Amino acid sequence: MTMAQFDTQAVSGGFTDPVFEAQAAFRALMDASARPGTIHDLPAGLAPPAPLGAGSGAVMLALCDPDTPVWLAEALRGEAVSAWIAFQCGAPIVGDGASAAFAFAAANDMPALSALSAGTQEYPDRATTLVVEVEAFEGGEEIMIEGPGILGRSRIAPMGLPHSFLNERAGNRALFPRGVDVVLVCGSRVMALPRSTVLSRKSEQEAN
Amino acid sequence: MSASTGMSQDLASYNFAYLDEQTKRMIRRAILKAIAIPGYQVPFASREMPMPYGWGTGGVQVTASIIGPDDTLKVIDQGADDTTNAVSIRAFFQKVANVAVTTRTRDASIIQTRHRIPEEKLTEGQVLVYQVPIPEPLRFLEPRETETRKMHALEEYGLMHVKLYEDIARHGHIATTYAYPVLVAGRYVMDPSPTPKFDNPKMDMSEALQLFGAGREKRIYAIPPHTKVVSLDFEDHPFEIQHFDEPCALCAAEGVYLDEVILDDRGGRMFVCSDTDHCEERRAAGHRGRLSAEEAYTGREDAIRETAR
Amino acid sequence: MYVAVKGGEAAIANAHKMLADRRRGDRSLPAITVEQLVEQLGLAVDRVMAEASLYAPALAALAVKQARGDMIEAIFLLRAYRTTLPRFGASRPLETGEMVAERRVSATYKDLPGGQVLGPTFDYTHRLLDPELAADAPVDPAPAREHEGEPLTRVSDILAHEDLIERAFTGDPDQMPEEPSGDLTREPMEFPMPRDLRLQALARGDEGFLLALGYSTQRGYGRTHPFAGEIRIGEVEVEMDVPELGFAVALGRIRVTECQMVNQFAGSAKLAPQFTRGYGLVFGQSERKAMAMALVDRSLRAGELGEDRVAPAQDEEFVISHADNVQATGFVEHLKLPHYVDFQAELDLVRRLRAEFEAARAGKDDATAREAAE
Repeated sequence: MTMAQFDTQAVSGGFTDPVFEAQAAFRALMDASARPGTIHDLPAGLAPPAPLGAGSGAVMLALCDPDTPVWLAEALRGEAVSAWIAFQCGAPIVGDGASAAFAFAAANDMPALSALSAGTQEYPDRATTLVVEVEAFEGGEEIMIEGPGILGRSRIAPMGLPHSFLNERAGNRALFPRGVDVVLVCGSRVMALPRSTVLSRKSEQEAN
Repeated sequence: MSASTGMSQDLASYNFAYLDEQTKRMIRRAILKAIAIPGYQVPFASREMPMPYGWGTGGVQVTASIIGPDDTLKVIDQGADDTTNAVSIRAFFQKVANVAVTTRTRDASIIQTRHRIPEEKLTEGQVLVYQVPIPEPLRFLEPRETETRKMHALEEYGLMHVKLYEDIARHGHIATTYAYPVLVAGRYVMDPSPTPKFDNPKMDMSEALQLFGAGREKRIYAIPPHTKVVSLDFEDHPFEIQHFDEPCALCAAEGVYLDEVILDDRGGRMFVCSDTDHCEERRAAGHRGRLSAEEAYTGREDAIRETAR
Repeated sequence: MYVAVKGGEAAIANAHKMLADRRRGDRSLPAITVEQLVEQLGLAVDRVMAEASLYAPALAALAVKQARGDMIEAIFLLRAYRTTLPRFGASRPLETGEMVAERRVSATYKDLPGGQVLGPTFDYTHRLLDPELAADAPVDPAPAREHEGEPLTRVSDILAHEDLIERAFTGDPDQMPEEPSGDLTREPMEFPMPRDLRLQALARGDEGFLLALGYSTQRGYGRTHPFAGEIRIGEVEVEMDVPELGFAVALGRIRVTECQMVNQFAGSAKLAPQFTRGYGLVFGQSERKAMAMALVDRSLRAGELGEDRVAPAQDEEFVISHADNVQATGFVEHLKLPHYVDFQAELDLVRRLRAEFEAARAGKDDATAREAAE
């Protein structure tokens, strides 16, 4: 790649203090994964090229590098985003979701979970982490979650996820210990729904 | 040559928390997968650390990858903050991460441990990092990684139950006293590291995140908070923890794990808290055992004689 | 009053001061220099570089000095330094056929192009301690060799012309390793392991361990019928492709020892009878290590060549998991760390088991006594 391909947009908008911001972003992700459904703050101030959001950008710079193939949803596959990723973290961009370590998408542009890697029965860790930008963490359909990291049961209501999401998650959960791990971002905040979390519609639970 | 000055100059040029950023990312990714699959051992490309394999390199790599400038670190070995290897690891992080350290369990945000879980209940927001020598609970039943990996994949844990049951047949009860295997979140059988089985119940539904690092064996695994951790047992031989017949000789604590301290060569001994912070806190709060400082002036000889029977 | 042991920090600092003192030894003698070690204990420096996987003679010599001559400690020091170095990329494969060999011997041909070149070998020295060496007698310069500097044909290439030996790797294109080769210092280990990673593990494996394993194959524990096809020692160029430039750049020269074992192979259902290879390559000059490595490499190919795996040297997991002396020494020596929490747990158990045993015996004795009384 020649330097000419890096415009100023590609070289700006990343971490200003990479060591400590990457640590802070990771800790937010770690805490979010350890307590699914809880909301944590990512370092603010990232400005990746649109439509890649600040939160997705923080997750990407904290975890992605030349060792992690990245898959991008249709809307993100522009020159500017690609150049930013190439400069900021050097992650190779792949067209096949099943070979990606990380996948990035907006809630309205989500890939099917089954199109991503669920790992193998012997190496279930070799699964894709899907990072999804949602419109808001509140105001969407009410979902009950339970599983490791959750005391009893708790409630989330992220806005903008496709209606098929819960069915897909159920299919994903059935693969356990294989499965795709999901991270939701909104602005510079993050929530995680690792594969171990069981999701169900609140309305269905009430009916039962 | 002066080893200490040479070392500190070199370290000045190392990255925060020693590891380079690419290594940290690799370990961080492994930690997130470990949390997502509780009890499953995630392979990672363990690095050569400036301390020997088997001396906590796995725990050190995990701590180095999660620690930040706002953290307060506590390091214990055998429950104590002042054992030499704990001192050495704590000094390492002070040097390479300039991080705040403490011996008080409740003040720590990260506790790195070898062989014990603190007596004080851990809370939300705390992370317990275990140093693990042999992460594979099935290793002593089947030495081959290729085989044990299959057994985990197929959830085939019969061999482990057979082993425990052989104990019962031979001794009347299960003869595993430490590194006692557990079932995590109903799926993976996991080695809790060589903690005494006394500590196993503390892992169950803990409010803290528990991370396990095995450097030489290149594995990271995790137990998220509020996760069911069950010590393997049988209906007719339920899991039991150790009980001590006497309280701590210094702080009179009961229901804690005790170290046996040899006092002389005539069989004299005393039992004191293995968790030094817990013991000190209790003494500061006014609890007195029969060999604590104040009583010592008057009753020491008698007490020791009594211990010696 | 009982006072718990405190002051670990001071004890550690004092221990390190004492170590520094013992390392320096008698102050009336001049301190040994890194340059002296590089020049005069070169084979020690070579071993440290080989097993630390870092070609850096001065640093390896410093490690030897710092470790007071403890080789594994020196290897450990250099490895810990290596870990912190940034990676710029991978070099092209070394072209050992272009080597300016200082030594080249073959056990399979009496004579061959370029001839047998003994070079700086201990072979045929009579192992008699030399008092003149102790007295630092002057040493004559080495005689110059005819045709010095010309590359020598590889024995394996001679055999390859007739297809008598397998091509490099296995001759089976499916078995060719993926490019670039893996790096087990950067990737998690996984079994079964491809040959490139196995060779890396062996190249940095413990010389003594590989020597013992190689020896065991000669004594019948997984016999491989080896011939020392060729051993060569000398300098080779290290080159790296620079994509931005579009050509390879020479980075410098390093000394390596290469051993190609030629092993008998009767063929299998898939492969015609031909000789197979065991390969050894190490930094610096170390024939013993290169030969042992080649023997073990060939043994570890048992599965690939359809041979029964019956001996330790053929057991990939066993060999690779235990070849690393820095790992091994760490774990063996960790036993000196306190284990009293676990020991307490075991004490408790043994006391309990003994009490149960005594109680059972007492019960039996009572019963016997009652019977006797009746």
